[in-house]
Order: sequence, then structure tokens, then C-alpha cells
Amino acid sequence: MQFFVPNRGPGRLIVVEGIDGSGKSTQIALLSQWLRLRGYAVAFSEWNSSPLVHETTRRGKRKEMFTPTSFSLIHATDFADRMERYIIPLLKAGAVVCADRYAYTAFARDMVRGVDRAWVRNIYRFALKPDLAFYFKVPLEVALGRILGGRNALKYYEAGMDLGLSRNIEESFRIFQGRILAEYESMIEEMGFHVIDATKSIESQQKEMRRVVLREFGVTRPPGVLGVELNAARLHA
Amino acid sequence: MPDYKDRKPLSYYSTALPGVDYSELQGKLIVIEGPDAVGRSTQIRGLKPWLEEAGHAVLDTGMARSALAGKGIKEAKQGNTLGSITMTLYYLTDFADRLENEIIPALRAGVVVLTDRYIYSVMARAIARGENRAWIEKTAGFALVPHAVLYLRADVPDLISRVVVGRGAFDFWESGMDLRFGRNMFDSFVRYQSRLIRVFDSLAAPYNFQVIDATRPPVEVFESLKASVARIFDGDDKPAAGDRRKSVRPAHPSGSFRAAAIRRKS
Repeated sequence: MQFFVPNRGPGRLIVVEGIDGSGKSTQIALLSQWLRLRGYAVAFSEWNSSPLVHETTRRGKRKEMFTPTSFSLIHATDFADRMERYIIPLLKAGAVVCADRYAYTAFARDMVRGVDRAWVRNIYRFALKPDLAFYFKVPLEVALGRILGGRNALKYYEAGMDLGLSRNIEESFRIFQGRILAEYESMIEEMGFHVIDATKSIESQQKEMRRVVLREFGVTRPPGVLGVELNAARLHA
Repeated sequence: MPDYKDRKPLSYYSTALPGVDYSELQGKLIVIEGPDAVGRSTQIRGLKPWLEEAGHAVLDTGMARSALAGKGIKEAKQGNTLGSITMTLYYLTDFADRLENEIIPALRAGVVVLTDRYIYSVMARAIARGENRAWIEKTAGFALVPHAVLYLRADVPDLISRVVVGRGAFDFWESGMDLRFGRNMFDSFVRYQSRLIRVFDSLAAPYNFQVIDATRPPVEVFESLKASVARIFDGDDKPAAGDRRKSVRPAHPSGSFRAAAIRRKS
């Protein structure tokens, strides 16, 4: 089955995936910055950030109303809104869109929640196929150390408390993240992830990402992909 | 195209919901479908007391009425940026919430569930807007197969007179103005509703709709609906089947059904 719709450009879509605490958000922020400095027009889209469904998601989380199915569908609604209103138009305009988490997050999490695999993969068939998908591979204990040490309070759904894995929220989080990790690992080959060793230093991970981007996009900006010079040229025309 | 004609009522179409024991479901699920302004809610207002008169406990529900997403959908429709895939998935979120938190608990308790629209309206709207049919059929495939889908069928001229006489104005979404099927709301309404009716018609056979001619006066439509609904209960009231009687009464309302009923009131 075809998972996604091919991106017919001219823009480029880069996504980062990995469990909480894998460091992917830090890396995509650094990569966006670097691409901007190289003259690219860069846009950014984060998982679960559509203003259209924000209140509904908040209500559902606050009152703990979600079932695995409605949880899956509200995240798909959020994703669809960002896809239809933001990502697709920007890619058509020639921007580089960087996405922090993508449909793979739903594939991994919803599966752990017991949702049917074929069903959830079908939902996301409208998504564009990323030009590059980075997966931040990290052992569970390393990621847990970063999360549990840094923030004070884990949230109910983030810790998978709805699954009844454990009454202890930290223990629930461990089990939940471990299962998500296994789902990600099983997708690496199937989805063609570029694996980044997320136990390495921030600098060396970033170096590796930039190397992959240069290899895939070329050293000079591909035709049709928007950049600063092009904009400047238009302003002076 | 998949065909669900022979599916057993209260099983699922193509995807089982996690955590649901389908063998526990014992109520009746009755769907009233049809295009905008065809008179669905008027008929439901009549059917509910008629069923209650006969001793059935009735839960009536309908699109965009979920505690989870009802409000969000209404707000989203106030704006001008709701894409058709987003709209489809938002409505299915609403449906999933009502299915799992209201409809299924009610059916477990032996209640008759009367629903104004079902997945078919969500599917028809998506298909009329050019979305992939296989995609939406599979995505909505977690729905329960109803005991009856009563499709109130009318043509566009009937709908127009109902909109003008009954409501006094055309609605942005009912006119498909998000895709501007015509130069003004009337032209767009005519084209969009014609498409919707064609799509509903194409769903009738695979999803086993009973077509009810809704161009007739409401009292006649009501008689047809009552006859169709009565057939669902055929056999249930026979003395020999005494043990099945309780299946149409809320003998053991579960805690979650009560919670849902309370939540709907607030």
C-alpha cells in the first residue's frame, strides 16, 4: 500500500521523529537555523499545534475523555489542518518545511494504544511523503534520564496513564515509552528513516544531519526552492 | 467498492474498536439519514415519544453533539479555513466520542439509539468534496452496523423550498460555499446538494439503506418510518421470546451510560 502522497514540490519536507527525550526538537531547530543562513525560506510545523482543534484537545486531556480511537482521530484532525492550510501551500510555494514529529508518531503511539494498524495507516494516506525523515535512535534509559531529570510533572496521556499500565505515573511513562520505542524501531527500514545516533554529542548529530541534507538537496539550492536571494531579487525588480 | 449488505447489526464495518466486546451489545441502533433540510429532526421528534410510548428507552444523538468535539466543530465552522479532510476527521472524532461514550454504553444497557445522521453523512460530504472514497470508507469503518438506516430521500427542489420556507436563508456549509460550487449561495446550494444526493444514492445499496420518499407530507413520511422501525422489533414482543423482552429495556444501565446521560444534561 502507498503510505503517502508524493511531494511534487518544488519545496522540501524534512521531518524528525523519536521518543520523548531523544533530542529531536533541539536538532530540527539547529537545522532550520542553518538552512535559513544558507538562504532557504524555512517554515516550521509542530505536532499537535493546530489552533483549530486546540481547545478540543485541551478539553479531552483535561477531563481525560479520550479513548484510543478518539485520541487517534483528534491528532489526525490536527495534522490534517496543518497539512491543508500550512504545509502543502508552503511546499507548493517552494519553502523548506521542517516538521517536529509527523504521521509516524501516530503510527507508533496509536499502535501502543491498541488501535488497528491498517486503520491508522489508512487515515494518514493524505499526508505528503517527506523528502527526508530523521529518526533519533536512543536507548530508553538515556531518554528517560533526560525527561525525568529535567521536567517536574509528567502528564496523563504523555505517560500513557490511559492504558492502565501502572498506577505510578513514572513507571507508566517508562513502560509506555519503551513500547513506542519498539514501534519506531520496527518502522526504520519500512519507512526509510535516516537514523541519527542520539547518544552522540549535539554537535556531531547536527553535523550528520547537515551532511545528509547536503547529499540529498545538493550544495546549491535546487531550482524552484525559495530562498532569500530570490526574494531580494524580486524586491529590486 | 465494499459491500456491507449482509453485515450483522451491531458488528463493525471494517475495523474493530479496541476494548469493545461486541457480544454484549443488545439494544437497537436506528439511523435517520438524508440531505440537509430534508426533515430528519422533525421526524425524530415524533419517533422518540412514539418509541417511549411502546416502552422502549430511547437515546437520541446526532452529529456534532459530542461532549468532546461538538463545541470545537461549531467554532471551526465559524471561521473560513476548515479544509475538507480536516472537517471529515473532526466529524469522525465527534462520532467516535459519541459512539464509545454514549451509543455503545446505551446499547449495552438495551436502549434504542436513534441517531440523526451517521457516518454516511460524513462520507457523503467528503466524497462530494472530491475526497477519496476508499479512504473515507476505511477511516469510518469502526462504526457499528445499524439495525436500520432510514434514508429520507428528496430532490433539490424539495430541499430548496424547505430551506426558504422553513429557515428563511441559505447556510454557508449546506451550500458547499467552502468550495464555491456556484457563483452565489443559491447556485452553489443546488450543485452541492445535487452531488450530495447522488453520493447518498450510491451508498444506499452497499450500506443497505431503506429509501423513504421524503417528498411526501411529513405525516406520510412518519407513517413509513414507523412501519420500518416496527419491523426491527418483530419477534421481540412475542410471549415465547420472553427472555428477549428485557433486551429492549434498560434493565441494567451501566455506570458509564448513566455518566454519559448526566454529562449530556450539563
